[in-house]
Amino acid sequence: MLSFIVRRLLQTIPIILAVALLIFVMFSVIPGTFASSMGDDGRGMLDAQVMERMNKEFGLADPVYVRFGKYIAQLAQLDLGMSFRTRQPVSSVLADRMWPTLQLSFAAMMFSIVIGVPLGFIAALRPGSIIDTVSMVGAVSGLSVPKFWLGLLMMYFFALQLGWLPSFGYGDGGLRYLTLPAVALGVAPLALLARTTRAAVLEIMNADFVRTARSKGMSEWRVVQWHLARNALVIVLTTIGLQFGTVIGQAVVIEKLFAWPGLGSLLVDSVTLRDIPVVQGAILLIVMFFLLVNTLVDVLCAIIDPRIKYT
Amino acid sequence: MKIRANLLIGGVLFATVILAGILAPLLAHTDPVMDANLMFAEEPPGGEFWFGTDAQGRDIYSRVLYGARISLTVGIVSQLINTVIGVCLGLSAGYWGGWWDDFVNGLTNLMLAIPSLIFALAIMAILTPGLTSLLIALGLTNWSFTCRLARASALSLKSQGYVQAAKVLGYGDIRIMLTQLLPNMLGPIIVIGTLGMGGAVLAEASLSFLGLGIRPPFPSWGSMLSDARDQITTAPWISVFPGLAIFMTVLGLNLLGDGLRDILDPQSRTRRA
Repeated sequence: MLSFIVRRLLQTIPIILAVALLIFVMFSVIPGTFASSMGDDGRGMLDAQVMERMNKEFGLADPVYVRFGKYIAQLAQLDLGMSFRTRQPVSSVLADRMWPTLQLSFAAMMFSIVIGVPLGFIAALRPGSIIDTVSMVGAVSGLSVPKFWLGLLMMYFFALQLGWLPSFGYGDGGLRYLTLPAVALGVAPLALLARTTRAAVLEIMNADFVRTARSKGMSEWRVVQWHLARNALVIVLTTIGLQFGTVIGQAVVIEKLFAWPGLGSLLVDSVTLRDIPVVQGAILLIVMFFLLVNTLVDVLCAIIDPRIKYT
Repeated sequence: MKIRANLLIGGVLFATVILAGILAPLLAHTDPVMDANLMFAEEPPGGEFWFGTDAQGRDIYSRVLYGARISLTVGIVSQLINTVIGVCLGLSAGYWGGWWDDFVNGLTNLMLAIPSLIFALAIMAILTPGLTSLLIALGLTNWSFTCRLARASALSLKSQGYVQAAKVLGYGDIRIMLTQLLPNMLGPIIVIGTLGMGGAVLAEASLSFLGLGIRPPFPSWGSMLSDARDQITTAPWISVFPGLAIFMTVLGLNLLGDGLRDILDPQSRTRRA
């Protein structure tokens, strides 16, 4: 078991390196550097000498391959470089922003799991019923609605009109501030989870072992508990893992809308200012987190379903 | 019965958006970019301005109509790019196998590890904002599912009798892939493509909302919503209509995709999902 976990974690290393290379190459081919983009923000061009000095300070004067070598060497020591803008180490900038994003993503996923999975389950137990139809129409709508628009509407009704919740910001980071962004972010995974759960349960409902269990006189509740729930759980868990990545990606838009001080708003700001080390660091961190969640899900699936081999 | 409802509603919604985009010059009351008039700023919806006006006094109804052109162009073209990339890579990887298959597999895993909106955002960061950049950014970042599907189908189809027969007859590899394999996997690929188009419309709106897609004053639904956020207290209607337009377009495409899946891909595991 332990060797399975370790092996799965080791498998993510080449992907992380490849992502680092990809992101590095992408941002090396763009014309212009941070120093030159400081010039075109309307405040007039920077002096050529100043630009040269800045390029040297940030190590941008070296050829690309030298810079990549240095970058990887730094990465190995968990050093992500220095922010062009604030001159703080990228790792400490990211550390400040990581917690709000994790908080928001976890809250959104919890919201979607707690409502989406039971909804899909109930819908599948009574296919064609009113509950089924209503929840599936709701699910396809939830998948189609732009989440920042939903967030904007909720902001208008619940914050500005009714005054129940703060309209934006992190505040004390408590539930009151978390609710609106988490719900806006959680609606799409909720819809997908409801659909996936329903499909998984419907498929298993017709499986041979469920028919056998019923025909040998097992009570309906035990059939649901032992056979349906357990088998559907593997499919649902895999979906949850994949959705986590999507949610962290989509959090960018919601963080920007609600002025939530997370990785996403940091990423957007750094992209506009061409603060490349921060952009690289933020993307790497998001990818690493995504891979970690999926490894965790694989391990959980292997524990729940003995048919999955530890390979 | 249910199948028909999906297809019918989805088809009607999508056709409405297409018509709105094509007929925009006839249906619009004003020019979507030029006709700003501060005299009529932030007029609520009513007789002259059906959807109201924005902070610059532009007619939101006309801007929403023209916005359909941007959304549809981005949705359709970027998803076509994704489909072509995914089919070419997946089909050849499944058919040829070997090192090429390993390479394509690695590339797909890499793509799946980066959330696609983050990847598109990074590409937009190195290109200048605008329509072409959006097509590139969204066209290069969402082909992994098509690729996996094409690869899996090619793997299972290549041992079929008719493919072997084509080989014996001396058909070239490319010809076998295009005439024997591709037609047999087209159904699921169309389904993924339709659903992906909805995703691309949403992604365009998100990027434009973040200021990294279509820039104002051009009437992209996403950038209209980004402006609307600042006026939400004084003129909430500005937020309503562009969002409703995105919602209807994506809902139409999703329903259409679901309906097509029931017809074209009946064995799909996730048919009811």
